[in-house]
Amino acid sequence: MRRVSPFRQFRSEMDRVLSDVWAMGSNLATRAFPALNVWETDGEMWAEAELPGVKQEDLDIDVVGNELTIRGQRTAPTDEKMTFHRQERTTGSFRRTVRLPVEVDADNVSATLRDGVLTIRLPKSERAKPRKVQVSVG
Amino acid sequence: MNEPSNVKATTEESGLEPTRGDAAFVPSVDIVEKGNALVMFVDMPGAVPESIDVDFNQGRLSIYGKIKPRGDGAQFLLHEYGVGDFFRSFQVSEDIDAAAISARYEAGVLQVELPKAEALRPRKISVGAG
Repeated sequence: MRRVSPFRQFRSEMDRVLSDVWAMGSNLATRAFPALNVWETDGEMWAEAELPGVKQEDLDIDVVGNELTIRGQRTAPTDEKMTFHRQERTTGSFRRTVRLPVEVDADNVSATLRDGVLTIRLPKSERAKPRKVQVSVG
Repeated sequence: MNEPSNVKATTEESGLEPTRGDAAFVPSVDIVEKGNALVMFVDMPGAVPESIDVDFNQGRLSIYGKIKPRGDGAQFLLHEYGVGDFFRSFQVSEDIDAAAISARYEAGVLQVELPKAEALRPRKISVGAG
């Protein structure tokens, strides 16, 4: 039987409480909601966010130039007959904008929301795709 | 708006050794009391529903969610979160009717309903006259 140090448990509880306090309403939060992962392939940029419990109709995705904006809201599972014992999941509205390093073809951006994972495919514009340069021996 | 916790839990932080022995992410959880049941909402995006384990043993509820791998080998330009399995366990203070626990996975959220045991539900006792 492993003994857990009460100090370590206390400290990790305190870390969790304090990090919630710093993050609340802070414009200087080092992490915004939702967290984003962005990667690229030769032909496309991909953006992904974890948005569990967010409904498709509460989500807006815009692409202007090479700026991607994800906006939306998540409603709490409240009900007058419920009392919370614990509430950790964020609720309310959110917004994140990311400037992509390459030009994308805004007309052909597509997104899917599945099992709380939002995946956005942004094809690079023709100009932005890598080109192989032939080297001639002269 | 505060942010979701997406922190890898070590064995010691979670206070319990998961049978798998790997570090896993700690999902954010809401726990509400609704009538005669406790309901838990667990953020678990991208899970394989058939591979989510919910165990209730002697008042301890353990949840393990296996995640479909994604983004493997990608060249990240921005990498704000990791993708991996979720684990969390709770000591439940109420007496729960274990046989009636149900769970549902929808839109990346696992909803676990724990009905309270019959014996502890408040009962109105009618008083006979005479």
